[in-house]
Amino acid sequence: MAVIEVKNFTKSFGSKLVHRGVSFSVNQGECLGLIGGSGAGKSVILRSLIGLEKPDQGEIHIDGEEISRWTERQLVEIRKRVAYVFQNGALFDSMTVYDNLAYALREHTDLSEGEISDRIRQQLEEFGLQGNDFVYPSQLSGGMQKRVGLARSIILGPKVVLYDEPTAGLDPYNTKKIQDMILRLKDRGVTSVFVTHDMPSVYAVCDRVILLLNGQIEASGSIADLGKDPEGIMQRFINGIEGA
Amino acid sequence: MSVVRDLIRFMGGTAILTKQVISEGLRPPLYLRLITEQIQSIGLMSLPLVLITALSTGMVMALQFGLGLEKFGGKMYVPKIVSLSIIRELGPVFTSLMMAARVGAGITSELGSMKVTQQIDAIRALGTSPIKKIVIPRVIACIICVPLLAAIANLVGIGGGLLVGWSELNLTPAFYWQKVLETITLVDYMSGMGKTFFFALFIALPACYFGLNVSGGTRGVGVATTTSVVTASILILVGDYFLTKAFWIIEQWL
Repeated sequence: MAVIEVKNFTKSFGSKLVHRGVSFSVNQGECLGLIGGSGAGKSVILRSLIGLEKPDQGEIHIDGEEISRWTERQLVEIRKRVAYVFQNGALFDSMTVYDNLAYALREHTDLSEGEISDRIRQQLEEFGLQGNDFVYPSQLSGGMQKRVGLARSIILGPKVVLYDEPTAGLDPYNTKKIQDMILRLKDRGVTSVFVTHDMPSVYAVCDRVILLLNGQIEASGSIADLGKDPEGIMQRFINGIEGA
Repeated sequence: MSVVRDLIRFMGGTAILTKQVISEGLRPPLYLRLITEQIQSIGLMSLPLVLITALSTGMVMALQFGLGLEKFGGKMYVPKIVSLSIIRELGPVFTSLMMAARVGAGITSELGSMKVTQQIDAIRALGTSPIKKIVIPRVIACIICVPLLAAIANLVGIGGGLLVGWSELNLTPAFYWQKVLETITLVDYMSGMGKTFFFALFIALPACYFGLNVSGGTRGVGVATTTSVVTASILILVGDYFLTKAFWIIEQWL
């Protein structure tokens, strides 16, 4: 069953048409990779899935509900179920790691401070961040900031996670850590959309991949089928022959 | 043309922001802890700047009027002139201008940096409202702090005048204070203080508007910060004329 369904998504910025009738769906527990050239509008689609952008035309269905015209107040319920992992973590730099992680728990749950503390310790341990509770984001490395960003995004136990280039600019060790975390979430049945330029990560975590070029879906297929057509546009993009 | 377009965009954007602040501010929850933090950051931290400005203003006013009026034997009018000027105009206006420079710039650059680093988006993505979390605490803190600081500035400004009157013009503190109390009425005081609530909005709302609408990366933050301070200063100075006029009309009715 499709948890995410995008129909005829069209979006312009000023006179620049970024998307023309993009449609796709993501099934329960599936990880969809969204690849394409820089400026192809991958992040715009991802942001629209959580209502951070509004399409000019088209529909976005999350769990069967059409959200593209919802107000900010209506979107709160969706945002509790759909997590967004920002490219640079987007951590609140005036708060410690602990307070960053506690943010959503304090806002959306009735947990006591003791229970929140237990939950955060558990989350930090799972993400290999123990001992960093009272450190500010600026004191962390880029890789650790991304891990905190991921830990913060999923602390409410979302059904869907949207990743915006979570491995960009990371060393192989941190890239592997992020991949492992995404796979662990997948094992728990979390549905994901993974925007990236990092093809090894696509192979590691995605079930299916969509290629976005010139505002449209140019190709799509399962990871297993990726190498089957060496002359296809998908393979040419991956090999750097075709681009934005 | 671009100036007119920017002006229309600013007016529309600020009107929408004001509507959001009112509608979201009336709905729970109200983040009291965030408001308290902002009162500390906006109010308490601005106190030294406001005190220095008020003290110097009062001292300079007393010196200028004292030396000028001495030639005509009118230096006994110094307490009257200085206290009225400070209470009705200079205390509220100079305090607000200082707050626009310190607080307005601070709010715009902080919000602008948050926008550039996607922290504003993160607030939304985590199911919360940037208006409630960021804008409302700052607006409320300004509405509380600007009048309070102006009240303190009034006292300190008059105190500065008294100091100069005593040390430079040979006016005894008792005489000076007596003249101040004889001169100032509640209407004078309320006329000056009433304006500070509007000045607080002139500082907070443009600062938040420009901060939330930063574009163009870190350079954009700098541009927005400058624009915010200039806008708030102009609004205070131009608004002061119309508010003074409005308060004069109200005084006629009373």
